[in-house]
Amino acid sequence: MTDTTMPAPRLSLVQRLKRPTALIVLSVLMVIPLVAYVMFGEPLARAGIREIVLIPAIPATLILYALAMSSWRESWVAILGGTLVFFWVFVAVSVPFLPLLDPNKPIRPFAQPGTEMGDITFWLGTDLKGRDMLSRMLWGCQRVLVWGVTATAVAYVVGCIFGLIAGYISGIWDEIISFISNVLLSFPVMVLFILILNYLGPSGFNIVIAVTFASAPAIMRIVRGLALDNKTRDYVFAAQTRGEHPFRIMVWELLPNVRGPIIVDACLRLGYTTVAITTLTFLGLGLQPPDPDWGLMIKESANLMVLQFSYMLLIPALAVSSLILGFNLMADGLREMSLRD
Amino acid sequence: MLKLIARRLLQMVLIMAVVSLILFVVFDSDKFKKQIAVAELGGFSVAAMSDNDYRIWLKSKGLDVPVYERYAQWVGGLLQGDFGKSFEKNAPVSKVMGERLLNTGILAFWVFALMIPLSLIFGIVAGMKEGSFQDRSVSFIAVFTTSIPEIATAILLTVIVALGLGWLPAKSAMTGGWNSVELILPVLTLVLYDFGYVARMTRASMAEVMTSQYIRTAVLKGIPYARVIMRHALRNALIAPFTVIVLQLNWLLSGVVVVEVFFQFNGFGKMLLEAALFGDVYVIQAATLVAVFVAVLSQIISDVGYTFLNPRIRFS
Repeated sequence: MTDTTMPAPRLSLVQRLKRPTALIVLSVLMVIPLVAYVMFGEPLARAGIREIVLIPAIPATLILYALAMSSWRESWVAILGGTLVFFWVFVAVSVPFLPLLDPNKPIRPFAQPGTEMGDITFWLGTDLKGRDMLSRMLWGCQRVLVWGVTATAVAYVVGCIFGLIAGYISGIWDEIISFISNVLLSFPVMVLFILILNYLGPSGFNIVIAVTFASAPAIMRIVRGLALDNKTRDYVFAAQTRGEHPFRIMVWELLPNVRGPIIVDACLRLGYTTVAITTLTFLGLGLQPPDPDWGLMIKESANLMVLQFSYMLLIPALAVSSLILGFNLMADGLREMSLRD
Repeated sequence: MLKLIARRLLQMVLIMAVVSLILFVVFDSDKFKKQIAVAELGGFSVAAMSDNDYRIWLKSKGLDVPVYERYAQWVGGLLQGDFGKSFEKNAPVSKVMGERLLNTGILAFWVFALMIPLSLIFGIVAGMKEGSFQDRSVSFIAVFTTSIPEIATAILLTVIVALGLGWLPAKSAMTGGWNSVELILPVLTLVLYDFGYVARMTRASMAEVMTSQYIRTAVLKGIPYARVIMRHALRNALIAPFTVIVLQLNWLLSGVVVVEVFFQFNGFGKMLLEAALFGDVYVIQAATLVAVFVAVLSQIISDVGYTFLNPRIRFS
C-alpha cells in the first residue's frame, strides 16, 4: 500500500530479508538441495557433486532460523518449536560434513552407549548389526524431513488446486470434487495408506502419492471454504473488472490472501506426515533399508525386549517425537500470533 | 431430521459401493494374483509353475472368472451375510473378522472409558479460567502428549513400565488365552496420544462459553461458582466435545494398526495389515468396508447428535 509518488523507504538488510520474496528464495535454497541430495543421490554422486550441492543450504538454514527467531520474539512457544525444527533441518543439511562414522557400516554389534573401542567412542551405542546409533539417528532425519516435506508440499499443491476450483468456480466442479473428497475422507487414514502402498509397493515416491490421497481432500476442504469466503470480497471483484483470467485471480489474488490459516495447517500437517512416514516404515510399507531412518530403526529392534538394549528403541522414538513436538509447537505459536494481530 | 439421516445413509451406501468396486478392480490385477500365489505356495514353486498349472491354481481359488462376475457373486453373498473366504486362513471371513473385531472392540471400549472422563475433566478445568496457570499447564501437557506419536508412546511405556519396572508384560499376544493385564499398555498408549486433542477441544469450547453474557449474569446474580459451572456452563460447553469424541472412532481405527502391530495384539488393525501384505482380497474388502462403515456412521452420529443437542441449529 505504499504511495507511488513517495520514494521507497530505505530498509535495513534484516527487513529486506523478511520480505516474502526473500523468504521464499531462502526456503527454496534450504529445501531444494536437501531434496536433490536424498532423492537423486546416485546421479549426483556420479557427477561428483553430491556433497557440494548441500553447501548453499547451510547458510540459508541459519539465516532463516535467525529471521524466524527475531520475528517470533513475542511467542516463546513458537521459538521453542522453531528451534527444535531448525535443529533437525540444520542436522539434515550438514550431516555429510560432520565427523561421524558411516551409518551403514557394521562395526561392533550390541555396544552399549559410551563404549570405547580403540580411538572411537560409540556415544549412543550401536544397533543389532553393529552400526553407530548416533550417526544413524542424525542421518535418519534427512529422509524423514525430505519425504515429509515433499509429500506435504505435493498434497498442498493438489489440495489447493482442487480447493480453488471447487470454491471459486463452483457449480458442477464443486459437486464432483466434493464427492470424490468425501469418498476419500470416509476412509480411516491408515487404512487408505495401507491399501495404496500395498497396491503401489513400498517406496518414498509412493509415500508421496499415498499422503497426497490422504491429505489433499482435507486441504481441499479448507481452501474451498477460504475461497468461498473470499470470492465476494472487493479485491476479487476489482480483479474481475480488470478482466483478469480466472486462473490468475485464483493463484495471484485469492491464494496470497488466504495464506495465514494455510501456513498454520501446513505446520500441523508436516507433523502428521512425519508420524505417518515413520509409522508406515515401521509397518514395513514405507522407506526401504539399508539407509538409516527412524521408523526403520524402530522396526529393526522392535522385538528386542531387553532393558539393557532399549536405547535402540528409545533413541529413534525420542528423535521423532522431538521433531513432531517442534512442528506442533510452531503451529501453536503461529496460530497464537495470527490471532493476536 | 429424518430426511437428513436418510440422505446421509444413502450417501454412505453409495460411498461403500464405490469403494468396494474400486478395491475389486484393483485387486484383480495379475500382480495381486501372483502375490497371493507367492504368499501361499512360496516364491520358488510359483516360478517353477507352468502356465497351465497356474491356471488350475487360479481356478481352484475361484480367481479365473472375470472381475464383474466375481463382484456380482460377492455382492450377492454379502446381502446374505456371507463375506467370502479368507485365502490365508482358509476360513470364512466373517468368522476371522468377528474375533478380531471383538478384540479391537474391547480395546476401543477401554480407550473411550478412560479417555472421555480424563479429557473432559482436564478440558473443563483448563477452560474455566482462560490464561490461568491450570489452563496453560493443561494446554502444554496436551500439546506434549499429542506430539509424541503412538509408536514412540508405545516404546516409552514399554521400556519404562514393562522392561524397567517389570509391572506389566511387554507384549499383548494373549498366547495363553485372554489376559486383561496385557490390555493395559495398548489402552494407555492410545489414551495418552488421543486425550490431548479432545481436552484441547473441550477447553476451547468451555473457554468460549465462559466469556458469554449468560455466565456473567449468573455469576453476578450471586449463584455459587460451582453451580454456575455445573448447571449453566457445562450444558453448552459439552456439545462441541461430543462431536469430537464420536469422530475419534474414525481415528481409533487408524491408530489401532500401529499399536496392535507393536504389541502383537490380535485385533482388527493387525488383521488388516496382515491381509494387505498377503493379498487376501476378501478379508481386505470386508475390513475396508467395516472401517468405512464405522467412519461414516460416526460422522453421521456426530452430525445428527450435534443438530439434536444444539437448539440454535435445530430450529433455524
